[in-house]
Amino acid sequence: MEQPISTLEPGKRAVILRLEGGFQFRKKMGDMGIREGKTIRLVAIHPFHGPVVVEVDGRETTLGRRMAEHIITGDPE
Amino acid sequence: MKKIVLMGNPNVGKSVVFSRLTGANVIASNYPGTTVDFSKGRMCLGKEGQEIIDAPGTYSLEPSNKAEEVALEMFGQADLIINVVDATNLERNLYLTLQILEQKKPVILALNMWDEAHHTGISIDIKKLEHALQIPVVPTVALSGEGICDLIGRIDEARSAEKIKPMSESERWIKIGEIIRNVQQVTHRHHTLRDWISEASIRPLTGFPIAVAVIFAALWLVSFIGETLITYIFDPIFTLYTPIAMGISTWLGPGFLQELLIGQLIDGQIDYLQSMGLLTTGIYVPFAMVLPYIIAFYSVLAIFEDSGYLPRLATLTDTIFHRFGMHGFGIIPVFLGLGCNVPGVLAARSLETKKQRFIATTLLAISVPCMAKNAMVFGILGPYGIGYIFLVFATLFIVFVSSGLILNRLIKGDSPEICLEIPPYRKPDTITVLKKTWMRIRWFLQEAIPYLFLGVLLINILYTVGFVEWLGGIFAPVIQGWFGLPKEATTALLIGFLRKDLAVGMLLPLGMSPMQLVIATTLLTVYFPCVGTFAVMFRELGIRDMIKATAFMAGTAFVVGGVMRLVLLGI
Repeated sequence: MEQPISTLEPGKRAVILRLEGGFQFRKKMGDMGIREGKTIRLVAIHPFHGPVVVEVDGRETTLGRRMAEHIITGDPE
Repeated sequence: MKKIVLMGNPNVGKSVVFSRLTGANVIASNYPGTTVDFSKGRMCLGKEGQEIIDAPGTYSLEPSNKAEEVALEMFGQADLIINVVDATNLERNLYLTLQILEQKKPVILALNMWDEAHHTGISIDIKKLEHALQIPVVPTVALSGEGICDLIGRIDEARSAEKIKPMSESERWIKIGEIIRNVQQVTHRHHTLRDWISEASIRPLTGFPIAVAVIFAALWLVSFIGETLITYIFDPIFTLYTPIAMGISTWLGPGFLQELLIGQLIDGQIDYLQSMGLLTTGIYVPFAMVLPYIIAFYSVLAIFEDSGYLPRLATLTDTIFHRFGMHGFGIIPVFLGLGCNVPGVLAARSLETKKQRFIATTLLAISVPCMAKNAMVFGILGPYGIGYIFLVFATLFIVFVSSGLILNRLIKGDSPEICLEIPPYRKPDTITVLKKTWMRIRWFLQEAIPYLFLGVLLINILYTVGFVEWLGGIFAPVIQGWFGLPKEATTALLIGFLRKDLAVGMLLPLGMSPMQLVIATTLLTVYFPCVGTFAVMFRELGIRDMIKATAFMAGTAFVVGGVMRLVLLGI
């Protein structure tokens, strides 16, 4: 099922299908190792439209909620 | 002379490698964005001397904040690059490596944190990596010094990778994918206690209670260390010193020199807070009142920085800092600013936009008191009860929050969201913590003592020429009429521009009520930063924004002082 990483349940893994955004956004995500095809895990999601924490390649990154809403994931193989 | 530049992603240990190579000490910590400016050092290699430059970390050669711009500038000047790479995070780090290699400068790769990679089950084939990148690769553990000799020995072998041609972003990632498949093997490992703590401290439900506990523990530790140092070390030293100072006083006899060096005798005795002589108040304030807390604060800060907790705290505070037009990283300038505002202002460089940097610096200047000043507030208000100290900090907290909310609406510009790498927790190394604390203490002594002496000197001169009376008269309507303070407090506010700690000390002889002291000490933070902070703000913000910030400070001081008078004095 296709869904933004921000709607996943904390602790769940998924595969990144696409990053919806311009060059700047894709570059920023790339800097953090967040790219198409990578397995991503939602570590934490903060209330009141707060940030989310994701893990890629064993390394955690904190992202703003809007960014997370543009990372579209699918079921892990 | 050849210029060698250390380049790499944030938080891979460039500053530690730099310290190892040059013997020069620079501040290194466990969070991205510790280094926001470059440091230069020298190293001898063969017959030639080489200049080594530690650049701020950057993810790519396209800068996205001020610190990264500095890194790019350093890259342009480099004759040779030492690319420091985090071995536990090779894939991501190689993006910058490829970009650097495309520029055809001679490069050598330091594969740092080699031990940690090993512990986490990552093995990297050095020979294959050298072959793929066509440059020398040296595994290092900069913290312990392992591999540094090798790195120095092989700097001569640094070369440019002729076969690597300029690529597009996606081509780079494809190339990196090939390299990783070829050189790296990851064995699965089980979750450790460290992972568990890491996640507990970043999730909202567990993270907030942990944060509150950690901050309270830190505050307790700072006051415990500070008080212990005062009671057992600094006060006894001054008890021994008093007869010497009295001896000097008698030997000098009444006159200008006695006035200047010893100051006013109170009931025939030296009063270290009120005498205002260079050899009495001039050394008592920095050494017996401020230094103990500086030592306490910076040792606790070093533990915070090196453990890797700060980026987690930045995550937890992100939601609230967003309302202030910043994001969670804004907590880091505040933390550093609690020691001294100057490094706090510099840390704001890691924020992406002008708006964020403006708000971060302005809030710092008006509502984050430095440790030197805090120490004096503890010393002076402490005897009246902890409630008064609490009032000062509660007011400053309200000023921070409300100014943040206002500035976010007032200042135009973007406030991008947080995007922050969370480093693994590391156990702070005792030697590193002590070294770092010592560097900062030395810095404090070098900066503080000259200004304190200048301040004491100035106070003596101003009193002698009658300037104090005159200035007090001019500002009386505001100070007396609006803030409800004695008009002599004007001089303290003036001296506060030089040293806030000394200014707090100057309030004592004015015979104010505890509530008046609360108002005066709070205003000393709000009204204006000290000269050092002012200078660095000016450099970072530019003249136009500095005028805006100054106007905001004056306005805030006026409002806060008036409201405090109404609420606390009830008149």
